[in-house]
Amino acid sequence: MIRLLYFARLREALGSVGEELTPQAGLTVEALMQQLAARGGVWAEEFGSGKSLRAAVNQTLAPVKTEIHDGDEVAFFPPVTGG
Amino acid sequence: MTIRVQADDFDVGAEINRLRQQRPDIGAVAAFVGQVRDLNQGDAIAGMTLEHYPGMTEKSLEAIVQQAKARWDIMDAVVIHRIGELKPLDQIVLVAVAGAHRGEAFHACEFIMDYLKTEAPFWKKEQTPEGERWVDARSSDDAARARWQDA
Repeated sequence: MIRLLYFARLREALGSVGEELTPQAGLTVEALMQQLAARGGVWAEEFGSGKSLRAAVNQTLAPVKTEIHDGDEVAFFPPVTGG
Repeated sequence: MTIRVQADDFDVGAEINRLRQQRPDIGAVAAFVGQVRDLNQGDAIAGMTLEHYPGMTEKSLEAIVQQAKARWDIMDAVVIHRIGELKPLDQIVLVAVAGAHRGEAFHACEFIMDYLKTEAPFWKKEQTPEGERWVDARSSDDAARARWQDA
């Protein structure tokens, strides 16, 4: 299983703080985003429309080609605005 | 190195004293304090809520300070960022860096702030007269960060 987390504007748009998923072998951040977009509706809007989202794998910012493995924590969120 | 993410306010003087006390090898402390403004993009701001990603926030701030330490000969640093409900005039962030000389301390302090603004997982939601809105990331922050990559 992988643990998915959504933050800030994305969390509100999806109406979800996160979920658990079983990853296929060789899953990447990019492929996971396509998989989530395929749910349609707000998921397609957020993950499929080229909106700028950032991903983190195991709490480190991750490029879209990053591979995801069983047990990983994967987070999606808008560009950060702290400070 | 001190990294704290907290709802409570902080005392800048006390934090700087803690950083430099019993350290006669320190000759300079450079500090940045961020404050909540009452205006953003032309709209009055009554307050804001700071959300973060517990775990990753601390990890990313530690990594940013480590990068600054690898780059400049600094002795210690403190980074405190507040979360939760904040109002105009509230302090939101403190970055203070101690070194032997001012040049390294100034550079490292600015570097840490520029990376914090673009990499640390915090998000601001503002309260305006028209309702709440998530603050958009600014390209000027990306540009501020990018200049360290050429330096």
